[in-house]
Amino acid sequence: MFPRIVYESFRRQARRKLLAGIAITLGVAVATAMIAVATDIGDKINRELRSYGANLVVTPQEDTLDVEVGGVNLNPPSDGAFLNETDLPKIRGTFWHHNIIGFSPMLPVTVRVGEGSSAKDVTLLGTYFNKALRFGKDEFTTGVKITNPWWKISCGDGRPARRERVENSPAACGWPDDASQDILVGERLAAKLDKKPGDTLDVDDRQLVISGILSTGAAEDDQIVAPLAVAQQILGKPGAVRRVYVSAMTKPPDALSTRDPKTMTPEVYDRWYCSPYAESIAYQLQEAIPHSHAEQIRQVAQNEGTVLSRIKGLMLLITFAALFASALAVSAAMATALYERRAEVGLMKALGAGNFSVSAFFFAEALLLAIVGGIAGFSAGALLARQIGHSIFNSQIAIEPVLFPIILAVAVFVTFAGSAGAIRRAVKFDPVFALRGEE
Amino acid sequence: MSSVGSFHTPKQVAERRAQAAHTSMFARMLLRAAVLRRRRAAAALLAMVVAAAVATAMMNLYVDVQSKLRTEFRNYGANVVIVAKDGQSLPADLLSKVESVLGAKTLAVPFSYAVARTKDGQSVVVVGTDFARARQLNPWWKVSHWPDAPNEGLIGMRAATVVSPSRQPFELTFQGKAIQLTPAGMLQTGAGEDSRIYLDQSAFQSWTGVAPSTLEVAANGTTAEVEASIRQLAGLLPAAEIRPVRQIMEGEANVLNKTQATLYASAMLIVLISALCVLATLLGWVFDRRRDFAIMKALGASERWINGFFAAEAAALGVVGAILGFFIGIGVAAWIGRVNFHAPVLPRFSVFPYILGGSVAVALISAILPIELLRRVQPAMILRGE
Repeated sequence: MFPRIVYESFRRQARRKLLAGIAITLGVAVATAMIAVATDIGDKINRELRSYGANLVVTPQEDTLDVEVGGVNLNPPSDGAFLNETDLPKIRGTFWHHNIIGFSPMLPVTVRVGEGSSAKDVTLLGTYFNKALRFGKDEFTTGVKITNPWWKISCGDGRPARRERVENSPAACGWPDDASQDILVGERLAAKLDKKPGDTLDVDDRQLVISGILSTGAAEDDQIVAPLAVAQQILGKPGAVRRVYVSAMTKPPDALSTRDPKTMTPEVYDRWYCSPYAESIAYQLQEAIPHSHAEQIRQVAQNEGTVLSRIKGLMLLITFAALFASALAVSAAMATALYERRAEVGLMKALGAGNFSVSAFFFAEALLLAIVGGIAGFSAGALLARQIGHSIFNSQIAIEPVLFPIILAVAVFVTFAGSAGAIRRAVKFDPVFALRGEE
Repeated sequence: MSSVGSFHTPKQVAERRAQAAHTSMFARMLLRAAVLRRRRAAAALLAMVVAAAVATAMMNLYVDVQSKLRTEFRNYGANVVIVAKDGQSLPADLLSKVESVLGAKTLAVPFSYAVARTKDGQSVVVVGTDFARARQLNPWWKVSHWPDAPNEGLIGMRAATVVSPSRQPFELTFQGKAIQLTPAGMLQTGAGEDSRIYLDQSAFQSWTGVAPSTLEVAANGTTAEVEASIRQLAGLLPAAEIRPVRQIMEGEANVLNKTQATLYASAMLIVLISALCVLATLLGWVFDRRRDFAIMKALGASERWINGFFAAEAAALGVVGAILGFFIGIGVAAWIGRVNFHAPVLPRFSVFPYILGGSVAVALISAILPIELLRRVQPAMILRGE
């Protein structure tokens, strides 16, 4: 009898259930979407923070002092120690390699540009642009295109740069190929030399083709940027790298992160090693690359933690507001739906139903509504989160499957809580008045 | 409830009636409806207040978070660099000029550079600056102790291994002039600063005679505002080159835009769900009063009058709810600001018209919708309870 009453109630009063059903579905959808966004926002913003550039730098252990003023290096370029280019792919073999977005080796050399009396010393920076590398079976590309997203290539005359360079077509400007002898010239240097893409530039008796004008808003605007191999040839040291900039997603610093790994007990050390702190990733880079010293670039690494925690905290508080509003909407809709059905309660009681079975009937109805609305709402919320992820971050927002039972339980709880007051009042109401339609 | 007046003498009642005649029937009905069904009216008002509060808080946050995050982003340091053109030094009154253009909140720090030699002939870059300002501009500098005497220097981690490995005083020479320096503290940044030695500007200038050549500026404001300031400065300082630090500006714009968009999406969802909450509550409230509706109709009220009555009731609810909700929402936003950003979100009264308009609109929709449905029903049927 009980299931039949519930079943018939849904079949015959579908319109009345609609309002409550819609409220539950929308409430659950908003809650799901907000929870999904809030749990994933840290990762998403962390990725966006990588647009500030590298947060770790690897230098040779026995490095000489940089004597650099205004982007001009005053040290003899062959001085000091170097890292070995062949060691670089090992960065992909470190424990936190999934967190490493990319890395760019740098090799600055001082070259003479131009002929005769107009010749001058400028810095030529050898690096990877978008180099294809492999570590074991793992193939990947890395370079300044990934680590330094604020580097812009132009043609110097307002034309947009091509994404890919067109072979044998000097008029098409863009990023040089890593295997080519083509170079980028900083915008201020290009203006001084009066050069444009497609021109050749005399660099230490080499004829190098300019493939684009580089604008960075920093020292590189006065420099030449060339494929790493070109810089190594000019320096006469194949395989040499002065330093490597690494861009990694890190965990904000806390009490554990700043401790010296040498003073840790083995358990603490394991925990430290297996947390993506800037410090522990630096430590692992040092292990991976022989004779190296890795350090965090504090300007980038220290600030991203605060920005990240602020945004995460904000989203958490807003998610609470969303959950609160959703819960309120669901309970309001349930209370409204029940208030209208006092005549039904009166009839049931007149026919001899006890308070318990009347309440049980309404709670069973609420349970059914909550489950159906919860499932529909969860799917809608997942779609909504996906949409938000796509339109804002250009990437998926992952919904943890474990969220589903939690959301469903919350939906049932909120629906019950919203109905409880109304059910209690309906049950207490005198059936005679209810049936006469009085208040 | 109808017996409230029975304790008064007939004279008092008559007086009351005489006064009451001045207020119209319409207003009296509105007031009595709210007083007599306090519970349901309170529930409807509560829903209204909560919705208005949540919407106010979200709108306030949405407007304010940008500036809150921008202050956070200023910790990344300078976003504009002013460099003297080749062979020139910056004008002496530059600092005050820049500060007058950009406003007092802007932080500008002068830097001057020289290459000095240690006793064993090693070159090292020495920088003169204003320590108090540099400390404010670059909070990420890890400094063991800031110098407080003029001949004390801040030694970069890597420079220290060359000039003063055991923290002893050392000598530097620049163009034949020597200076004795005491290392006050170590500087660690992970970047170029580690290879340099920082001195107080006046001590640096009396030693080397080199005036500041670079001014690093942390300009507050949106990208457009900073770009406008750059243009303004460029007109004012023809002898200097003014460059935005693209790494900082673009990173900031990127993160800020994404956060703002997420916040916007969340705010829309929350406002939507709050409106739904109001709709559900008011719908029930008005439906519940179909007997009032039927009685009014049976007593000869026109449909326009009834529509007007329920609309006025809903509008009154919307206005009261919006006002209460607005102040609660401001409180919530201020609290979130304090918890998350350690600075309260300032109330923005400019969002009030939107909150008011939205509340009244939602209330009207929720009130008129059931009336439209009830209109088709004969009043007698409703009164019979069918």
